[in-house]
Amino acid sequence: MDILSLFVLVPVLVVALLALTTGLKQARLVALAGGLLQFGMAVNLLFAYLQERAVNDAIFVFTRDIVWFKQLNIHYSIGVDGISVALLLLTAIILLAGIFISWKIDDLPKEFFISLLVLATGVYGFFISIDLFTMFLFYEIAVIPMYLLIGIWGSGPKEYSAMKLTLMLMGASAVLLVGILGIYFNSIAGGGALTFNILEIANVNIPYEAQLLFFPLTFVGFAVLGALFPFHTWSPDGHASAPTAVSMLHAGVLMKLGGYGVFRVAMFLLPAGALEWSWFFIILSAIGVIYGAFAAIRQTDLKYINAYSSVSHLGMVLFALLMLNKTAWNGAILQSLSHGFMTALFFALIGMIYSRTHTRDITRLGGLLKVIPFISAIYVIAGLASLGLPGFSGFVAEMNIFVGSFQQEGLFHRVATLVSVSAIVVTAVYILRVVGIMLMGPVKNEEFLDLPQATWYETTGILLLLLPIVGIGVAPLWLSDMILKSIQPFIQAVL
Amino acid sequence: MDLNSFFLMRHELLLLVIILLFVTAEIVIPRKKKGSTVHLAILLFGLHTALGFLTLEESSLFGGMFRTNSLIHFFKNVLNIGVLILLLQSADWLQKKIEKQNRGTEFFTLLFCSLLGMYFMISAGDFLMFYIGLELSTLPVAALAAYEIMKRKSSEAGIKLIFSAGLASGVSLFGISMLYATTGSIYFQDVIQVITTTNLTVLGFVLFFAGLAFKISLVPFHFWTADVYEGAPISVASYLSVISKGAAAFILMILLFTVLKPLMQVWENLIYVLALATMFTGNLFALRQHNMKRFLAFSSIAQAGFILLGLITGTQLGTATVVYFVMIYIFSNLAAFGVVQAISQKTGKENIVDYEGLYRTNPRLSLVMLLALFSLAGIPPVAGFFGKFFLFTAAASEGYYLLVFLAVVNVTISLYYYLLVVRAIFLRRGDNPVPHFSNQLYMRLGLAFTVIGILVLGLYSPLYDYIYELSGVFN
Repeated sequence: MDILSLFVLVPVLVVALLALTTGLKQARLVALAGGLLQFGMAVNLLFAYLQERAVNDAIFVFTRDIVWFKQLNIHYSIGVDGISVALLLLTAIILLAGIFISWKIDDLPKEFFISLLVLATGVYGFFISIDLFTMFLFYEIAVIPMYLLIGIWGSGPKEYSAMKLTLMLMGASAVLLVGILGIYFNSIAGGGALTFNILEIANVNIPYEAQLLFFPLTFVGFAVLGALFPFHTWSPDGHASAPTAVSMLHAGVLMKLGGYGVFRVAMFLLPAGALEWSWFFIILSAIGVIYGAFAAIRQTDLKYINAYSSVSHLGMVLFALLMLNKTAWNGAILQSLSHGFMTALFFALIGMIYSRTHTRDITRLGGLLKVIPFISAIYVIAGLASLGLPGFSGFVAEMNIFVGSFQQEGLFHRVATLVSVSAIVVTAVYILRVVGIMLMGPVKNEEFLDLPQATWYETTGILLLLLPIVGIGVAPLWLSDMILKSIQPFIQAVL
Repeated sequence: MDLNSFFLMRHELLLLVIILLFVTAEIVIPRKKKGSTVHLAILLFGLHTALGFLTLEESSLFGGMFRTNSLIHFFKNVLNIGVLILLLQSADWLQKKIEKQNRGTEFFTLLFCSLLGMYFMISAGDFLMFYIGLELSTLPVAALAAYEIMKRKSSEAGIKLIFSAGLASGVSLFGISMLYATTGSIYFQDVIQVITTTNLTVLGFVLFFAGLAFKISLVPFHFWTADVYEGAPISVASYLSVISKGAAAFILMILLFTVLKPLMQVWENLIYVLALATMFTGNLFALRQHNMKRFLAFSSIAQAGFILLGLITGTQLGTATVVYFVMIYIFSNLAAFGVVQAISQKTGKENIVDYEGLYRTNPRLSLVMLLALFSLAGIPPVAGFFGKFFLFTAAASEGYYLLVFLAVVNVTISLYYYLLVVRAIFLRRGDNPVPHFSNQLYMRLGLAFTVIGILVLGLYSPLYDYIYELSGVFN
């Protein structure tokens, strides 16, 4: 068994084990063991990758290729580069933190952890796939458990949000399907056989007309998951209704599938389409960046604030990818990672505050810094990281994005970049607004005076997420080095 | 004609023996002394299914009236497995309701007669045999649909089915006579040589097509579907939607890809339009249903629309994907109908609202339903995903990207109503959920087979490759 297939196999086995458990204690113990194991595997993979990279300069390493459906040339084809390794680690960490945060889940605990792990299986599988069919399969596996996770364990208008989220994302995947089929049937253009393999298709010059037709389909199919304006509306509702761990995994990991797919599939395989269409999607993503930030200012529900902030931050990822240069792409990947940790941390903290005060309305909260200092202090730190303070991951990412964007000359790109950059200021406004209203000042509600402090499992979850944020912020070089090397073949194909 | 050639009709002859056994039993054994025939029926049919897997050579009989080849043989086996599962799922209902009225043997006689008709229909080598098969497969089902004689709706279903089916086969026969008029033969092998696109052949073809479209319940020949499914006993509705539709789709594919291939210019456009109409109508009507049987009726209409996407290609890939999809559809729909059957049998409840909170009282049954619905909706990793993906691949291989796009839009619409049922079962708690109950052994077996099918058919790729190889016989 190879090191990568384990990422699919282990969660499946954990799911099978979970199905045998009864009660909360057994379920969370098995889930925790599974989470720790996957975390270990991801860390191990990171070191194994760094060693392998030193001696092997193929685009993907640890590859494995098994013929699956012979007649259609569908393979179970896997492999990783620096970007997928980093994203796998992100997934494993957030999953583990999510399991800690869900320590006290009381309703159907077994089913909760099973759905969570099925989601993780889909995400892992997506990040290791080199074959478009396998990738698409895992993409859908990752999306569908969200319906049950939000619908059963959510709060508020959960049925509505769950349905909206599932339909929009599955609708996007339907569009993506057409794009993938278009790529597949044009992969014959080089004279070879029809193939779903990304690396083989990349060597084929897909006809220009086909690229123009299928690029927007593929791009939109993925980008909806990355909250592309105007298809982002599933995200705020979905996040607001989802239980804490699901919001964390969803915003932290699942939404990253969008950006990843965009550069790995849409841009890599259809470069001419990307060049022709980039202006259009730059406009949409710039609107998303600004719109998300301004929308966040007007919200009073903590989860909505964070959800709109995600729309804004992930808009930057798409924006940077569309700038089609190396620095910006590096920033996009770093932003994906940084936003993953940050937003997961935010949602974890919001979940803790909500479970104590039973409200997420910031106008009803106040002075929390005095009552629950630890949670509040971490919230401040996460906020500062989110608005791009040097020393945290957000700064490194956004710095790269905008330096890269400014490398693009021409009035259009300049204006778009200026518009997007201004979102940083707005970000500061909505972050500091929350900090001011909710954490500072007097305690507005008497019954909030004796809220319980963070428990050990909450603290563990928080620290798991906080460390990488600081880590990337303080020592970004090894990471961006790994990413830059992996980006090289992809950006070359596009330019 | 020697003894050997009789073995080519092994499926038909064996089934005929079983039918005659039941008829004799009905006559000879006095009513009072008759025990339960359900076990016997399941045993005999199980044997029949097992024997069907023996290999068989490719040939034709009666001067080409009856033909068989590996793909037809394979499909008969698929139908057998479907009927076997259906029998297992209906055992409880038969024992508790039908045998109390001493009408068990008749049920099996009628059911097997209809299946025999399907065998002949898909093995037909000329239009006459085809027509006889079509009639034989439809008429007994009308009697079956009216089988719950104490229920008004059941009789209504029987009447509706027999009238619409009579009209459809009449129209079809009219079409056949026109084809005969232009080609001078009813044998497929002769017709294919001389058939050309003249006005009369096209008219004949369209009329002929309407008869089959009725059986597959393509729009606009679908009006009987929901009413009949709702009124008929669940086993019969399940049979209509799964076995009958599967066989009809299969024979339609064979006819289009062989005899009527010269008319491809005509039927391409026809199928394009019908596919869109069927998918959209089926899906949009399914959105508003409250009764599970009506819901599954419209869902099965929509599924028929998806099947057309494979038919439009006329290639080996198309053949393979259609057979593969129909097979997966049989298992998925049987699973869904099985759960509906189990719940209706225990509680008499058939509405989606009644399913609220089902997961908390009957988790296993709920999971079977979840798998079935996901498979019908085309969600990985269950089989339906592979079936749909390959159908779309087949359509896209001929350049029908717009059709594929509209089909995937329909997949998303269908996901909504499948999720409505998931919502009732898993998300809601319900004021008055179905109490916990355990199923009879036969029902459990029947559901277990479908679950195995749903899980294995997709992921186990050699099966698809096998079907693809078999599909070469028509191209």
